[in-house]
Amino acid sequence: MDNKGVWILAEQSGGRILRISHELLTRGRTLADKRAADLTAVVFGNNINEGDLNELIERGADRVLAMEAAGLEHFLPEPYSACLMKLIGEYRPEIMIAGATSAGRTLMPLVAVKATTGLTADCTGLDIEEGTGNLLQTRPAIGGNIMATIKTPRHRPQMATVRPHSTKPAIRAPGRKGQVVRLKADPSLLASRVKRVDFVKSAEEHGLADADVIVAVGRGIKKGENLKVVQPLVSAMDAALGASRDVVDRGWLSYPHQIGLSGKTVSPKLYFALGVSGSIQHLAGMQTSETVVAVNTDPEAQIFRVADVGIVGNLFDVVPVLIEKLKQAKKTG
Amino acid sequence: MRIIVPMKQVPETNAVRMDETTGTMIREGVEAIINPLDLYAIELAIRLREARGGEVVAVSMGPPKTISALKEAIAMGCDSAALISDRSFAGADTWATSYVISAAIRRIGDYQLIICGERATDGDTGQVGPGIAAWLDLPVASYIGKLESIDEKSCRVHRLVEDGYEILDVALPAVLTVVKEVADPRLPTLRGKQKAKKTDVPTWGPRELDVKPEYLGLEGSPTRVVKIFKPKVARQCQKFTATDEAGVKQAVEGLVKFLAGKDLI
Repeated sequence: MDNKGVWILAEQSGGRILRISHELLTRGRTLADKRAADLTAVVFGNNINEGDLNELIERGADRVLAMEAAGLEHFLPEPYSACLMKLIGEYRPEIMIAGATSAGRTLMPLVAVKATTGLTADCTGLDIEEGTGNLLQTRPAIGGNIMATIKTPRHRPQMATVRPHSTKPAIRAPGRKGQVVRLKADPSLLASRVKRVDFVKSAEEHGLADADVIVAVGRGIKKGENLKVVQPLVSAMDAALGASRDVVDRGWLSYPHQIGLSGKTVSPKLYFALGVSGSIQHLAGMQTSETVVAVNTDPEAQIFRVADVGIVGNLFDVVPVLIEKLKQAKKTG
Repeated sequence: MRIIVPMKQVPETNAVRMDETTGTMIREGVEAIINPLDLYAIELAIRLREARGGEVVAVSMGPPKTISALKEAIAMGCDSAALISDRSFAGADTWATSYVISAAIRRIGDYQLIICGERATDGDTGQVGPGIAAWLDLPVASYIGKLESIDEKSCRVHRLVEDGYEILDVALPAVLTVVKEVADPRLPTLRGKQKAKKTDVPTWGPRELDVKPEYLGLEGSPTRVVKIFKPKVARQCQKFTATDEAGVKQAVEGLVKFLAGKDLI
C-alpha cells in the first residue's frame, strides 16, 4: 500500500467555504503530523472564493485541490463521487475524512463502495495506531450507549465521516504557505441523473447542524404559542431551536427541529433542555453535547442524568429570569 | 411499479441494557423490532403502490429470526418479502452488507424504486442506502422528507439539508433514503397479519445470490471493530431547586456563573 497523505473534504455553499471544513482541518492536521504526511483539502464547486481557498492553507492545509465546474455548484451525488474517485485514483491518499453532513454522509458511502474500501460513520475521535500507522476511528453507536473503535487494516484510503462541532475550527495562521490548485472538472465526470430544480431555504437563521448553542423544548412547553417564552433565549444565545419528538408530533414545531432517534443527532457546545423529560430516544440525539443545561419540574427526570447543570423548576418561571440575567451579563461583560 | 424496501431488524431501543463490565449490549431478552426509521420507507412504498399499482417487496439481511420483521412488513401491506440469511454473511460491515443486499435486489429485478430508511437505530451509520445505489449504479437521493410527484420515468422529491430543502428531480430507477416526515406509518391490520401468516418468505444465501465469497461477512468487510467501550457516563449534575422566587433567582445566578466560567456566555 503506497498510498500517502491525509485528505479532508472541504464544503462550500455559494462559493464560500463552510465552517465544517475548518473543523476537519483540525482533525486532519493532527493525523497528518502523526503520519509525517501532507494535508490536502479537496473541494468541489464553481467560482469558489479565492480568499477562502487560501484560508484553508492558513488554517493548516499544505495543498488545496479545488475542482470546479457549473455542474459542481451544488452537491449532487454522481458528479461529486465521480470527481472524488478521479482525484483519489490520481493522488492515492492514505486517509480521507469528510463531515457527517447531508452531503458527506451521502457522498462517502458511494465512494467507499466504488473505491473498495472501508468507511466509518459519524466519528467523534480519530487517531493513529502506534506501530501499524492505521487510522483508529471511534464512534458512538446504539444511540450513544456504546463507543466503538474501528479500523480499516487492508484497504486504502481509510475513510471516515466526522460529526460537525465535534472539534474546534483550526486556528488561522496568516501568511502560512501552501499550494492552491484549481482544476477544471472534465465534462465526462458531470453526468447526473438527479437534477436540482429548486431550493427552499428554511426561515430560521440557524439550522440545528451549524449552531453552537441549541435551545430545545419538550412537552413541558405545553402549547405551541408558549414558544414565545423561549424565543428571546434563542435570540440572546444566538441559538437554534430544537424540540423533542412530542413537540413535533403535536405540530408545535416542524420536523427539521426534531432531535433524537427519529430526528437529528446534534453535539453543540451548549444544549438547553427545557421541559424535556429525556427519553432514551431523545438522549440518543443529544448526549454528546459538550455542556447540557436542563430545566424540568420533575426532579427524577432522566434528562438530569446527562446534565451538567439541572434546575428543578418550571421553565415558565426560570426562563424569563434567565433571559433578564443574560441581558445584564451582556451589558456588564 | 415494483418498489423494493431493504429493512433491518433492531433491538428495541427502550430495552437496550449494557453489560457494565464488558461494555457490550445485552441482547438476551430484548425485543427485536423493525428499525423504526424503516417504517417510514415501508409506508411510503405502500402508499405509492396504493396510488399507482404494482408491488412492494421487503428484503432484510439478518439471522433467521429476522423473518418476524419481514412478516410484520407484509402485515403492514408489503406484497412479498425475502430473507437474506447465511452464516457466511455474519459480521458484515456496511460495505459488505450493501453488497449482499444489492445482489438480492438484482435477483428480484425489474424495480423502479428502492426506498430505505435513513439509517438503522442500532448501527446508526446511514451508509447502506447510498452503498446499495453504488453497487447497482443507480442515482440516489438521501434525507427525503417528501415525495411530491412520480411517473414512469422520474420522481420529484424534497431533500432535507442543513439550511432548508432541495427540490430534486430523480430519474428512475433510483434509491431514496427517507426521513420521518415522508409518511406516518400505519399499524399492521388483522387481515394483514393473516396474509403474512400465509405468505411464504424465501431465505436466500450465497447459493441463491450471485455473490463473490471473498466479499461476504466479516472476512469480506474492509472495516474491523477493534474495541468496544462504555462512553464516559453520568455527568456531575450540579442541581438547583427553583420552586419559589428566591430559588429561581439563586438557580439562575448559579447557572449564569457556571456558563460564564465555561466561557459560554
